[in-house]
Formats: sequence, C-alpha cells, structure tokens
Amino acid sequence: MDYVTRGFRGRRREPDESARVPPGQYLTDDFPVLSAGPTPHRPVAEWSFAVVAQDGEQLARWSWDEFRALPSETVTVDIHCVTKWSKLDTTWEGVSVDTLLSDVEAEAGYVTAFCDGGYTTNLPLEDVTGGKAWVAFGYDGEPLEPEHGGPARLLVPHLYFWKSAKWVRGLRLMDEDEPGFWEELGYHLYGDPWREQRYWGD
Amino acid sequence: MAGAAVLGRLGPLRWRLAEVVEVVPETPSAATIVLDVPDWPGHRAGQHADVRLTAEDGYQAQRSYSIASAPEDPRLALTVERLENGEVSPFLVDELRAGDRIELRGPIGGYFVWEANGGPLRLLAGGSGVVPLMAMLRHREATRSEAPATLLYSARSLGEVLYRDELERLGAAGAGLRVSYTLTRERPPGWSGYDRRIDGDMLGEVFGPVDPAATAFVCGPTSFVEAAADALVALGHDPARVKTERFGPTGG
Ligand SMILES: Cc1cc2nc3c(=O)[nH]c(=O)nc-3n(C[C@H](O)[C@H](O)[C@H](O)COP(=O)(O)OP(=O)(O)OC[C@H]3O[C@@H](n4cnc5c(N)ncnc54)[C@H](O)[C@@H]3O)c2cc1C
Repeated sequence: MDYVTRGFRGRRREPDESARVPPGQYLTDDFPVLSAGPTPHRPVAEWSFAVVAQDGEQLARWSWDEFRALPSETVTVDIHCVTKWSKLDTTWEGVSVDTLLSDVEAEAGYVTAFCDGGYTTNLPLEDVTGGKAWVAFGYDGEPLEPEHGGPARLLVPHLYFWKSAKWVRGLRLMDEDEPGFWEELGYHLYGDPWREQRYWGD
Repeated sequence: MAGAAVLGRLGPLRWRLAEVVEVVPETPSAATIVLDVPDWPGHRAGQHADVRLTAEDGYQAQRSYSIASAPEDPRLALTVERLENGEVSPFLVDELRAGDRIELRGPIGGYFVWEANGGPLRLLAGGSGVVPLMAMLRHREATRSEAPATLLYSARSLGEVLYRDELERLGAAGAGLRVSYTLTRERPPGWSGYDRRIDGDMLGEVFGPVDPAATAFVCGPTSFVEAAADALVALGHDPARVKTERFGPTGG
C-alpha cells in the first residue's frame, strides 16, 4: 500500500478506550479551546436566552435567574472536536433543550443557535431534542469559564463540538437547514464524528 | 469561470499522497516539511491542511498543520514544532525525510485568511503560531502588496524563533513590515526587545492607535490567544476584526 508512511508506528490505545474514539481523533486530558475571535465576556445580569421563530418573533425568553431556576441535569459525556481531539467522561450541568422547547408551540425541522460574538450553527431539531442536547452552564462542578463558552453554551455531544455553540443566546426555529458560521466556511452541514463528517463532501 | 472555482470548493476534500521534497531544520525543535502535492487545488494565506499517517498494520493518526508557504509557491510547506512525547510531531520533525510520502488533504478554513488586498495587517504570534502568519507575510511579498504590516512575535527564547533570517529580510527598511519580538524565558546579552508576556501596554506600543481598516490575526497556544485577543479588544479593536486560531490545549 503506497500510503503506508515509512517508519511511522503511532501510539495505540487500550481497546476499551479506542471503541469510544471516532475515526481520525486522538484522546486528550486537556480541554482545548476553538473559536474564531475574541472571547465575549457577558455578565449574567445582561444575559438572556430566547427561542425565536424563523421570522424573528420571540416565542420564549428567560433571564439568567429564570433560566437557572429551570430544572437542570448533570450529564457525563464524551466530546469530539473537529480539530482532532476527543475527551472522554466530561461532566456538565445544564438545562435540557427539551425543557426549553416544552412550551413552545411551533413547527420546525431545524434550529440555528445564535450567540454573543455573532457565531451561529445549524442543527436538525431532532438532534437537539429527545435528551440529546443541553444549554450548559456548569463544567466539572464549576461555573462554565468564558473561554469554554460561559456563561452558557450549547452541548450536543453526539456531533462535532463546533455544533456545541459557545456563548449561546438562543435558538431560532427554521423550516430549512441553513448553514451557520463554520458550515458556510467548508465544514460539514451535519458533523457526525462517527462518520467523520468534518468538511463539505465528507 | 467563476462558477467552476466555487464548485471546486464544494467538492469533497480528498486525501492526496504528497511527496516530501525536503525537510529543513528551523530550530532545534522545529522543521519545515516541503511537499510536492499532486493536483493541489491552491490555498489562501492562513489556511491549514490535515495530515494522515498510516502504520504498517493500518493504524492511522491525523493532525492539522497550518500552511506556511505563500499561495504563489508551487510547493507546499508546513512547519512543525516537536512536542515531547507527542504521537505525530516528533515523527514529522525527526523521522521524515526526502522521498517519503504522507497523505494530506486541504485547504481547510475560510475565516483565518488574508488576501493581499485585504487591508493593513496586525499579526500576533505565540510560538509556532507564527506559521499561518508567515504565509500571509510571504503572500504579501509575493504580490508586492503595499498593505502595512506589523508582527509581534512572542517566543520563549531567540533560539526558538522561526524564520528569523527571512523575517529580517522581509522587514528591511522600506518594505512596510515591522517586526517586534518579546522573549518570555531567556534573552541574549544586550537584548533590546521586550522580555515579558504580551500585555495591553506592549500591544499599544507596537501597534499604535486603532486602525479601523486593519485586521488582527492572532495565533498560538490558547493562553496566548486569549490574552492577546482580550487586550486588542480592550484597546478598542473591533472584535469582528480580531481573528484567532489556536493550535492546542495549553502550554507554549
Ligand atoms: C488549525 C490547526 C493548525 C495547526 N498548525 C500547526 C503548525 O503549523 N505547526 C505545529 O507544530 N502544530 C500545529 N498544530 C498542532 C498540531 O495539530 C498537533 O496538535 C501538534 O503537532 C501535536 O501533535 P502530536 O501528535 O505531536 O502530540 P499529541 O500526541 O497529540 O499530544 C502530546 C501531548 O501534548 C499536548 N498537546 C497537543 N498539542 C499541543 C499544543 N499545540 N501545545 C501544547 N500541548 C499540546 C497533548 O494534550 C498531549 O498531552 C495545529 C493545530 C490546529 C488545530
């Protein structure tokens, strides 16, 4: 096979760990950071979370205190970043997206998460409902640090981590799947790490 | 035809088997890998590529590396810093040699890029974070762009500074490029540059007043990028014109 790299051996993992690491990923114990610009530092007094219709109409809104009064869950999940690192057994505290959407009367096939700093990302509605996604405000027992997306970020662990939008401020309900920030710039529209959907065409 | 270029970008990013033309040592811990990539679709300054290595038994490892060469350069160059105990970087820096082949795909990333007509450049490099910024400076030179450029480069010691001679040449009088260094751990005797981690005062001195037409590109380890981007915003730079790229978890 001409693509075998002369002299490369690589580092093998324990089999029980490798079953949890998607193709092309490696394990790290650190918590790397990926973002396109400066970290916004939003005081919680000025923070809110909204669910809006495609035309911009506000369907629900919570201040920080109202949001924190919602029932929350602690979840332990594996996360996978498109820049190749994966991290196992990360522990988060957050409000399930199911809870946030429970009183919203609307139909939608997709959502676009919008954030401080102008970042957006698109997801099918069925990927953020049914216990698959949270708006997380705690990491490892502590408040979520701004560089990791605090005060709150989306957590959608079954997709590449850019879908877990940092500094999230709300969800826009969409009829169609509209590419967000990285998705416009060549990253995959859906981003399943197990199918290695990193870039357009993967 | 414009449409063709767009379609080209929409196509899958396929793996290409690249041949190593040369491995050039840059510092005791870093080397530049010069590659011949068949049908390379071209890139923009600041983009990166994914490298995939395969062992005899089929085991594979992938990593991302910024492209160091200008878009105008027919050969692709990556500059890799060896991380002790790393899986991939020690292999690339120490083992790889001319004639070897590695798989590569790209270019990747459409945000951390600068075009020669893209306005004044403010570049902030931490360690090997200088690599994609070097592609911008090389592109600037290759196109004889007159966009003013300033580079602030933070390294642990002078011996770890990448591309030192070339930066000196590019920054020669009249070229419109200014280069400032800060050495955070070790300084040669008589060192007249900065000698501390970057801060707002340093950025104010090096870059002067905010220029609304300028774009700042910040690249390096996370701690460096956080500090530099925060300081730029505090000095009044529009956050939308501060573009960041991070190489890894911590350190640097
Ligand atoms: C977009 C992008 C562009 C990049 N461009 C370059 C480049 O131009 N030149 C370059 O040398 N590297 C670059 N990197 C980093 C590169 O992808 C690898 O992470 C790096 O070479 C380490 O790989 P490794 O297999 O040797 O180490 P690993 O085996 O992955 O890691 C070894 C140890 O080092 C830690 N570690 C991993 N990466 C780093 C880091 N960057 N800093 C500090 N500690 C780390 C790990 O957590 C681990 O503990 C880039 C990364 C990204 C995401």
